[in-house]
Amino acid sequence: MKSILASAAVLALSASAALAQDVIRMGTEGAYPPYNFINDAGELDGFEIELGNELCERAELNCEWVSNEWDSIIPNLVSSNYDTIMAGMSITDERDEVIDFTQDYYPPTESAYVALSEDADFEAGVVAAQAATIQAGHVAESEAALLEYANPEETVAAVRNGEADAVFADYDFLKPIVDASGGELMFVGDPVPLGGGIGMGLRESDDELQTTFDEAITSMKEDGTLNEMLVKWFGDEIGQY
Amino acid sequence: MLGSCSDPAALDGLAWLACYLTTGKHMAFYGAFGTVLLLLAITAPAALAFGFGGAVLARSQIAPLSWLGKGYIAIVRGVPDIAFFLFFVIALDQAFEFLRHKALCPGWNQPIWQGNDFVVCNEAKLPLSSAPQWVHESYGFGLAVLTFAIVFGAFAANVLFGAMRAVPHAQIETAEAYGMTPRQTFRRILVPQMWVYALPGLSNLWMVLIKATPLLFLLGVEDIVYWARELGGTKTPQFTDYPHGDWRMWYFLALLVFYLAFTRVSEIALARLMTRLTHGQATVAGEAQRKAAA
Repeated sequence: MKSILASAAVLALSASAALAQDVIRMGTEGAYPPYNFINDAGELDGFEIELGNELCERAELNCEWVSNEWDSIIPNLVSSNYDTIMAGMSITDERDEVIDFTQDYYPPTESAYVALSEDADFEAGVVAAQAATIQAGHVAESEAALLEYANPEETVAAVRNGEADAVFADYDFLKPIVDASGGELMFVGDPVPLGGGIGMGLRESDDELQTTFDEAITSMKEDGTLNEMLVKWFGDEIGQY
Repeated sequence: MLGSCSDPAALDGLAWLACYLTTGKHMAFYGAFGTVLLLLAITAPAALAFGFGGAVLARSQIAPLSWLGKGYIAIVRGVPDIAFFLFFVIALDQAFEFLRHKALCPGWNQPIWQGNDFVVCNEAKLPLSSAPQWVHESYGFGLAVLTFAIVFGAFAANVLFGAMRAVPHAQIETAEAYGMTPRQTFRRILVPQMWVYALPGLSNLWMVLIKATPLLFLLGVEDIVYWARELGGTKTPQFTDYPHGDWRMWYFLALLVFYLAFTRVSEIALARLMTRLTHGQATVAGEAQRKAAA
């Protein structure tokens, strides 16, 4: 009897401990506009920051943002340095083996090549991509030589200074850059559909938090606020729910 | 920042630059210089303390203590810095949390390692997840200082170990002949005289330490290299009031000037220190000083 009571108390204690976690720490990269970036004031800003704050409000969670470089973003999640990842991370099978994802909050979209001229050799030349992304994986499997960089900005810089023939990245990341380049940069070739949309990454053991955020995302999809946010950050062309 | 900066697109020349260089983001960049200087100010004495401890242990007559000191020096000197840094942040952090977990949450009924996940109870988290952001940042900074101190301490230990052996043996024998205990000999004769032999090696270490501070970024501390890369990258007008091209070269040039100036100042300071330590020493330089004065 005593041991049953004790184990019940332990169960209750651990359940309440999980619920009473008063601050959820949200990891992001802070270098991938418009998804997430650091604004002029030196603060995190972007689609995912606005979305994450809204999700936390709906789930009545107290959230705090943490920036972490892309390379170590998954290792730091699984060692519990923060609790979620919202960093433009596409849902893939390989990642799903290590961490869990919520449903997608950003629909599956296309990745595209950008180069300095129309006749750039993006099929068999040197193509830049950010390390450990689905785009890097795609280039590695293609005929082209892959040139990896630690952050997204450097992949575009590589094309500008001639180290790479083209850069391969998310269309929505490249579009503002191409628009602002005044004709210097252009899209080449056909867009490639990649990945299963972008979702929030969580530890596999954190089922409760996953359910909470899944519900919050569903509610935002249902009342149309997620679509408004997508259009605000990515323009009218963006796929909606 | 400034009142006139509300519409940067309308500004040009110096006015634009003045506004640009005083954005919140730039303030964080300037603050990062303070972070680097603070790291050096704390790490240098800490590494010296580790080094002194390591050298004393390595010299110990008691075999296990000597093995400990020599093992520390050999292992840390033999492992690449970067591997050590990457290993340490995660391993050290997990070790602390594991110990706290064992002490604070005896009733926890789930495994700590669940597949890939490392999960400890909330009370054992370091820092607590409810702690304000600055605590998290200070903790990361503290881990960085400890890691730097351990790595550079091993090199300093080797330098001091050598310096202690370089003190002329006749000095030690004379001290013993005067009836000093080993402890007194160590404190009064050996340590005061060893610095002059240690300084060239230690000053080298100091220079390497200055140049190693960009490793801070690997440890998750937003240092000057991180901000230079972030600020220098091409900025598109959609996300900033101050769009510009790839300015990384200019930011890194500024870092280059900073590091060069800093190492130059260090060289001058170390040269003065060397002159002072040489005074009255039985070395060639000490002899030269004596002759010049005479």
